[in-house]
Amino acid sequence: MTLDTVKHATETPDASQPWKELGLKEDEYARIREILGRRPTGAELAMYSVMWSEHCSYKSSKVHLKQFSEKKPASDAMLVGIGENAGVVDVGQGYAVTFKVESHNHPSYIEPYQGAATGVGGIVRDILAMGARPVAVVDPLRFGAADHPDTKRVLPGVVAGIGGYGNCLGLPNIGGEVVFDACYQGNPLVNAGCIGVMKHEDLHLAKASGPGNKVILYGARTGGDGIGGVSVLASETFDDTKPTKRPAVQVGDPFQEKLLIECTLEVFQEKLVAGIQDLGGAGLSCATSELASAGSGGMRVDLDTVPLRDATLSPEEILMSESQERMCAIVEPQHVDRFMEICEKWDVIATVIGEVTDGERLEIFWHGEQIVDVPPGTVAHEGPTYHRPYERPSWQDALQADDAGALPRPQTSAELREQVLALVSSPNQASKSWITDQYDRFVQGNTVLAQPEDAGVVRIDEETNLGVAMATDGNGRYAKLDPYAGAQLALAEAYRNVAATGAKPLAISDCLNFGSPEDPGVMWQFAEACRGLADGCLELGTPVTGGNVSLYNQTGDTAIHPTPVVAVLGVIDDVTRRTPMAFAEAGQLLYLLGDTAEEFGGSAWSEVVHGHLGGLPPKVDLAREKLLAEILISASRDGMIDAAHDLSDGGVIQALTESCLRGGNGARIVVPEDLDAFTFLFSESAGRAVVAVPRSEELRFTDMCGARGLPATRIGVVDGDTIEVQGEFEIPLAELREAHEATIPAILA
Amino acid sequence: MTTRIGVVTFPGTLDDQDALRAARLAGAEPVPLWHRDKNLHQVDAVVLAGGFSYGDYLRAGAISRFSPVMETVIEQARAGLPVLGICNGFQILTEAHLLPGAMLRNNHLHFICRDQKLRVENAGTAWTGDYEQGQEISVPLKNMDGRYVADERTLDELEAEGRVAFRYLDTNPNGSLRDIAGITNAAGNVVGLMPHPEHAVEPLIGTGRTDGLPFFTSVLKKLVNAS
Repeated sequence: MTLDTVKHATETPDASQPWKELGLKEDEYARIREILGRRPTGAELAMYSVMWSEHCSYKSSKVHLKQFSEKKPASDAMLVGIGENAGVVDVGQGYAVTFKVESHNHPSYIEPYQGAATGVGGIVRDILAMGARPVAVVDPLRFGAADHPDTKRVLPGVVAGIGGYGNCLGLPNIGGEVVFDACYQGNPLVNAGCIGVMKHEDLHLAKASGPGNKVILYGARTGGDGIGGVSVLASETFDDTKPTKRPAVQVGDPFQEKLLIECTLEVFQEKLVAGIQDLGGAGLSCATSELASAGSGGMRVDLDTVPLRDATLSPEEILMSESQERMCAIVEPQHVDRFMEICEKWDVIATVIGEVTDGERLEIFWHGEQIVDVPPGTVAHEGPTYHRPYERPSWQDALQADDAGALPRPQTSAELREQVLALVSSPNQASKSWITDQYDRFVQGNTVLAQPEDAGVVRIDEETNLGVAMATDGNGRYAKLDPYAGAQLALAEAYRNVAATGAKPLAISDCLNFGSPEDPGVMWQFAEACRGLADGCLELGTPVTGGNVSLYNQTGDTAIHPTPVVAVLGVIDDVTRRTPMAFAEAGQLLYLLGDTAEEFGGSAWSEVVHGHLGGLPPKVDLAREKLLAEILISASRDGMIDAAHDLSDGGVIQALTESCLRGGNGARIVVPEDLDAFTFLFSESAGRAVVAVPRSEELRFTDMCGARGLPATRIGVVDGDTIEVQGEFEIPLAELREAHEATIPAILA
Repeated sequence: MTTRIGVVTFPGTLDDQDALRAARLAGAEPVPLWHRDKNLHQVDAVVLAGGFSYGDYLRAGAISRFSPVMETVIEQARAGLPVLGICNGFQILTEAHLLPGAMLRNNHLHFICRDQKLRVENAGTAWTGDYEQGQEISVPLKNMDGRYVADERTLDELEAEGRVAFRYLDTNPNGSLRDIAGITNAAGNVVGLMPHPEHAVEPLIGTGRTDGLPFFTSVLKKLVNAS
């Protein structure tokens, strides 16, 4: 095969090119020709096609994502915002925290273990590229119906992949979610989040400036894995009729990544790096074009110097390869030797593959012949923008009219008791420890709280006890009923979860999982969710620092529930003041904070008991969420509460069950006067939490709630070894534990 | 003179910082040791920490056992230097033949992370002197290849000589023969176990207990008394 050089491309303007197969549209191909003033070479076409894919260019979503910047709340905490590898937030004492959530949905369906493993690897490198030491990971997961045979293929593989990779990196897994719903059957959602910590002065940005500086590729050798993964895998709906795409999934090596982390932190520490970028989706195409365009523009790369795992790879394949565990650094010439020494110390292969030039073009050579000559910004940032049509689906009104409040409710105490057990043993409400016990939550020795706690909390300074917290939440059922409210409820829940541990919510990252943007109904869901999230963040004062969009999560014409997943980051000045969820002390008083209304739309009860989804989700009141968070944080700081648990799916009875089982204590509960037992136990009204108050603190606590206007209702006391709802039923803890803990192992083990 | 406890970092070691912290909290001077460096820098005791050294490639611990630092560790362990192998460190000690037996994949084939109850079966080793014989403790356990195996004769010998140092209580988490969680050599200076005492040294962190700290205070006392 002749090498398609720039010269050759100029001489053969009419040669036919596989732009369609690479996922480009006709007008996009025409635009590339217009930018270059000639047809692109094969290598250039490869670069544009991956960088202009939905996954890399956000072409369908960016007109809506703009709101996150436009409606950004004033916040002192933001150091770096959207657009970099990850956002950076000031958490005080000279520390900054960077965090992000990303999706690895499609690869994880095809090859669950490697798809999930490389999802962890990718997000960790994003965090590392900001100059931060990764300190914890979280994994929000969604699978098809728990009892579906394919769930048994996908889930154990995904969980083993997350564990296999994350455990081997030495990063504690402190949170996340596991949700089952038939809508995810052909499109499981495997999102991965990571938190990193650095000192302010260690912040690194991805840019290549300073002519003469060297471009160093370091980490794993480049192989044929993941070629086309970005454009082919992430931007196309599954279709059984096409040949298998298995080879397009990348293969991870966590041992290599661990070395890469330590090596990178050491070169940061010695200040040897002028700019850095991880290699993820779109591999070298992405790293070189983004680094160059963020700097002064000019870069020369000799592609034949890239160390290969497979010597037969073509230059196009090398540019597109998504081989894992690679980073690209820009290093001043005088630091190159020391940089190489550190790489050698960690047994990491490092190669100078090019240098920054004083021109404005990215030029790539293959054995001396030029195969790429492009303005890098046109590859990295000037991809197409689509204003896709969107329209409220015709079925939305009927769905909302199908009120869950009209469903038959339990008529007797015995029936109520039965439904409580059905709820806490249902796959979505049952204990997930069979899954999370496959993750290391202890490594690094800084884990203060980990799942199933409301939020994960890690200490980041051993002297001062400064810590950070993170919770991720998203409820696709709520979002299906009302995407605007659903996105705000995801935000509100994660915000509440962080506050429940005593940490102050600072900022968010999101992973927006939706169906095909080519469906106007899905596009409406996406637009509504973005609007809801941006409005919600403005009101709560928590800026969006970055995130990820995953589209085309659908099989045939059927899209998943719109699933915006929100990760809220919080800070806690003294981790010794954190609030756990367990009711650990008998005799403490239980208080319900917030208002309870008859809200059953999208609820766990409506799903478990009636298999129903309809009506409206719980009402959103962000001012109330803010007040509740302030109370929870103050009460934690001043030692007024010993336990707190947020109320969300499953309502009061789910929270009481979890906190009682975790503490090994029962509770005697009295239904508040203004509520019926059913509504009290199962309603999912937002803006609520249950707390355990030591008797000595009761007055101080209720006074504080009264003074600030937060309803606080005494609902019982921690006591005994049953959960007793007076006048209704009593369930021994042992029976609850069996119901709550046996479900998942029975399905999966 | 402060007692110096060295902690070896191999490529892929993960719990080295935790072990250094535990040594410091126990009152020792923590000393990082590097796998390529044969010099133990006058440490008084060595901890081989947990992790996935060399990615567990070939077999857990099989490659690390041949690293330069291990030449000295093996030689000095035979001469009485207190050595503690935790998790991957235990695997390295069996690969180095400082301790008998081997670790296989957990019988349920999953990685498992849990708070594990143990009984101290031998409070006479260099690393267990601060426990009571028969004391029950709880420390985190987290591994993929934690199933301790040895032939019957070796197991009988270990039992007869009191060299089973720790046994799993309540649940055997990985199918280890005779519920063995950790063992010691005949001299009592080399101890290996799968659970992680270095993760149980601060009241607030991890499981919230400090049941692991006596490992580190034990060796400190032993060394102070010996000098």
